[in-house]
Amino acid sequence: MTAVEPAPTRRGGGGAPHGPLPRVRIRFAKHGKVRFTSHRDVARIWERALRRAGVEVAYTEGFSPRPRLSFGLALSTGHESDAEYLDVILRDEPTPSTVEQLPARLAPVLPAGIDVQRAVALPTGAESLQQAVTSCTWHIEVADVTPSDAAAGVARALAATELALSRERKGQTVTDDVRPAIVDLRVLGPVTEVVAPLAPRRSGAGTELEAELATQPRALRPLELVAAIDPAWVVARVTRIHQWTLAGGARREVVDLGPAATPPPHAEVRAS
Amino acid sequence: MSSVWTQLEPHLAGVEKPARYIGLELGAQRPAAGQGVVSWLLTYPDTYEIGLPNQGLQILYEILNERDDAAAERAYAPWGDLESVMRAQRIPLFSVDTHRPGHEFDVLAFNLSAELTYTNLLNCVDLAGVPVRAADRRPEHPLVAAGGHCTYNPEPLADFLDLVVLGDGEEVVSEITAVVRDWKASGRTEGSREAVLRELSHVEGVYVPSMYEASYDGAALRAVTPRYADVPERVEKRTIADLAEWPYPRNQLVPLTEVVHDRLNVEVFRGCTRGCRFCQAGMITRPVRERPADQVRTMVADGLRRTGYDEVALTSLSTADFSGIEPTVQAIVDDPVNCGQTSVSLPSLRVDAFTVGIAAQLQKARRTGLTFAPEAGTWRMRQIINKLIREEDLYGAVDSAFSQGWRRVKLYFLTGLPSETDADTMGILDLARNCVDIGRQHTKGVSVKASVGGFVPKPFTPFQWFGQNTADELGRKVSMLRDEARRTKGVQLTWHDPKASLIEGLASRGDRRLGPVIEQVWRRGGTFQEWSEHFRLDLWLEALADHGLDVEWYVYRHRTEAEVLPWDHLSAGLHKDFLWQDWQDALAEVGLPDCRWTPCYDCGACTGYGIEHVVASATPPAGGSQGTGQDLSTGHLPGAVPVTLRPRPVVGASR
Repeated sequence: MTAVEPAPTRRGGGGAPHGPLPRVRIRFAKHGKVRFTSHRDVARIWERALRRAGVEVAYTEGFSPRPRLSFGLALSTGHESDAEYLDVILRDEPTPSTVEQLPARLAPVLPAGIDVQRAVALPTGAESLQQAVTSCTWHIEVADVTPSDAAAGVARALAATELALSRERKGQTVTDDVRPAIVDLRVLGPVTEVVAPLAPRRSGAGTELEAELATQPRALRPLELVAAIDPAWVVARVTRIHQWTLAGGARREVVDLGPAATPPPHAEVRAS
Repeated sequence: MSSVWTQLEPHLAGVEKPARYIGLELGAQRPAAGQGVVSWLLTYPDTYEIGLPNQGLQILYEILNERDDAAAERAYAPWGDLESVMRAQRIPLFSVDTHRPGHEFDVLAFNLSAELTYTNLLNCVDLAGVPVRAADRRPEHPLVAAGGHCTYNPEPLADFLDLVVLGDGEEVVSEITAVVRDWKASGRTEGSREAVLRELSHVEGVYVPSMYEASYDGAALRAVTPRYADVPERVEKRTIADLAEWPYPRNQLVPLTEVVHDRLNVEVFRGCTRGCRFCQAGMITRPVRERPADQVRTMVADGLRRTGYDEVALTSLSTADFSGIEPTVQAIVDDPVNCGQTSVSLPSLRVDAFTVGIAAQLQKARRTGLTFAPEAGTWRMRQIINKLIREEDLYGAVDSAFSQGWRRVKLYFLTGLPSETDADTMGILDLARNCVDIGRQHTKGVSVKASVGGFVPKPFTPFQWFGQNTADELGRKVSMLRDEARRTKGVQLTWHDPKASLIEGLASRGDRRLGPVIEQVWRRGGTFQEWSEHFRLDLWLEALADHGLDVEWYVYRHRTEAEVLPWDHLSAGLHKDFLWQDWQDALAEVGLPDCRWTPCYDCGACTGYGIEHVVASATPPAGGSQGTGQDLSTGHLPGAVPVTLRPRPVVGASR
C-alpha cells in the first residue's frame, strides 16, 4: 500500500491561505474500566477533551461542522491497548513546543484509563493511520487452557497450510483462509487470574498468547484468531501492544515512545 | 465499603453497551462513606441512557456530596442481559461510582418521572437485596425513598416506599439526612425503623405512607388519615423560593457513552403559569422562579468550558417566556470563547413567529427540524385545555420556520381530551395539512410530522376529575387520523400505544389497592414497561382481575366534586376549589390568562406558602396570543401575522 491520502486542505476558508492543514498524531493507551467504552464513545471523548484543553482543531464545513479528527483501526469494546492513535487536524501550524506539551495539556481532561503518551507533528503528505498500519501485536489471555495445551494449539495453527474461518461481512457469511494474516504467534506463559465469566469447573487460571496479526487487506481480530485455533477456548483479557508500520522495508511502531517513556499516570486503574 | 466490580467485570464484555455500568463520568464523585455519614444511592429506575441526564438527581448528587455528613452515589436499572447475569451470579444492584452494593446504603432514593417505571422501581429494590415491601424491612435495610413528579400520587406505591418527597428536593434532602444521621448514631436498634419513619413524617414535604391508613366505603375511598396525632393530616410540597440560591448542577456529569439530552443543560426557570389544564408539571411546580440572566450566562460559559460540550439547552417548561430571552441567547451565541461552534437549543418552543426568530438566531448552522406543541386541533379544544394558541400563531411560526430554511416541522398533539368530538380530533390533520401548504410556498421537500399521544389525566390538574378515553376509543381516533393522514401528502403521523396510556392512567390516579397489582406484574417479569417492546398489557389485566379491581372504575370513570381522591391528603399548594372551578371553566370553553402578567386568581401556590413569582420583567413576551393582555374571547391579535390562510376544509365532509 503506497497510496498517499490527499493532504487535508482548507475548504471554503473564505480568504484563508490555501494549502494543507497541519496534522498532529497522538498516541494513547486505554486500560481499566474505560476499556468498556466503544470506538464511537472514544471519538466523542476526544472531541470534548480537545475542546476542554483549548486545542484549536479544524472543523468540517457544511451544515453540521464536526472537529476534524481521524482514528486508526477500531479497538473492540472491552479490549485494552498500549498503542492507540488519532490524527488531529489543526487550524494553524503548531510550534514544536506546542506539540510536545500536548500530552500534559490533555492528561487532566481525559477520563481515568486513557493516557496520552506522545504527540508528534506529521509531515505533509504522511499516510493516514488506516493506510500506514500493516499489522498489530496483541496479548491474548485464554481462560482454562494450560500453557502446554495452548502451545499445541498454536503449533497446529502455525503448521496448517490453510485456516478457514467464517465471518459476517455486510450481512453475508464469508469463509476465508486467515492463516496468511498470522504474522507471528507464540505462547507467553501462564496467567494465574484471568478475568473471564466464572462458571462451574473453571480453574480461574489460563495462558497468555502473543500474536502479530495483519491488518491488510482485511484485519484479523484476536477473537477471530482464537476461534480459528480452537472454538472452545474462552478469551479473557485482550491488549493491543503495538501497531506496526513499514518504513524502508523495516517494521516499526507508528509512534515510538523511545527509551525515556514514562509509565502511564493512571496505571492503578487496572487494579480497580 | 465493598465493591462488586471484580464480580461484575468478567461479564461486561458479554453485555450490550457495557460502558453504562462503569461510571467514570466527568463530574463523578467517589465519596467516602463511614461513621456518621448518611449514604444515599440516587437511583433512576430506567436505563443509564435515560437516567444519567436527569437534572433532579444530578442536583441532589452535588448538594449531598457537599455535606460532611452525607455521601451520594448513583445507580440505574440494568438492562435485561445484565440483570440475568446479576441474578445468576448473585451480584446486587450497584452504584456506578464505586460499585458499592445497593443494600450497603442508608437511603435508596428513586426519581419517579413516569408511571410505567413503577415495576422497575420494585425490581431495583429487589436487585439491591432489600425486601420490596416496606413492612418486611428491618433496621439494617436502607430506607426506600422517592421524589419527582409522580410522587404527587404515590398511593399505588405506598406498600413499597418508606418515604416520599413532594416538590423541590434542594433543601429537604439535608433535613432528611439529619434525621437519618441520628438514627444511625443511635445504632439502628430493633424497632427503631418505625421511630425514624415517624420522625421523618414531621419533616415538611416528607410523606411516610405507613403512618397513614386508607379506609374505604365499598369501592370508594373514604379517607387517608394519619395513624398518630403528631403525623400531619396533609403533607405540603416543598418549594425553593429563589433559584438563584441554587446554581446546580455546578459540575454537570459528562458521560463517556451516548445518552439522551447529551449536552449542557442549564435550567433558566422553574414553574409555569401558562395554565395548560392537561399539564401536571405546570400545575405542581408553581410559582415561576426565574434564574437571574447573568447567572444563566455564567452557568453556560463555565459549563461549556468545563464539559467540552458544543451544545447547551436552556431548559424550563417554556423557555421563550424567560425574561430577556433574546439578549441572553445572543450573549451565548456571540461569546468569542465558543468560536461560533456552540449551538443553543430551546427544548420547549412556544408556538409563535417570535420564538422562531430566536431559534433562527441560535441555530445558524443546523436547521434540520423544529418542534411545536399546539396540543389540540381546534380553537375550541385549545380553549378547553387553556393552550391559547390561535391558528394564526401556528401558521406564523411555521411560515417563519420554512422561510428561514427549516424543512421539517414536528407538531405534538393530544387526543382523548375532555369533550373532544371527532371534528376536534380531525382538526389535528387540518392544521398539519395547512402547515404543509405553507411550507410548499418556500420549499419542495416539506415534512410535517404530527405526533399524537393519548391524554392521561393527572393528579393536581383541573382534568383530575375527567374519565380517560378507553383504549378502544383512543384506538378508534388514532386509526381515523391514520386513514386520513394516508390521503394527505406531506403529513406523517406517529402515535403512542393507547394500551400503554391505559396503564399510565391506572397508575396515575390509582390508590393503595394497586400495590399488589404492581407487585404481581413485576414478579411475572413485567419490567421496562415504558419500552414498547417490553410492554405487557396481558400481565396488567390479569393482575387486576386476580385482585378484583376494575379498569372502568379506576381509569374511565368521571369523578364527582364530592369524591375523595387518593391524593387529597397531599398538597401541591393548589386549592381544590380552584382546580374544580378551572375544570368547570374548561367545560364552558373559557380560557384563563397567565398570572405572571395579569392579576392573581389565587390558585393557592403562592399565597399558601407565602412566596411569589420571581420574574425579571413584568412585560409579557412579544409575539402571538400566548403573550397575555389580548382579547382571548375573539382570538384576535393586536398585530396580524402576515400569512394568507386557505379556507378551512369542512371537517368530516369526506367521510
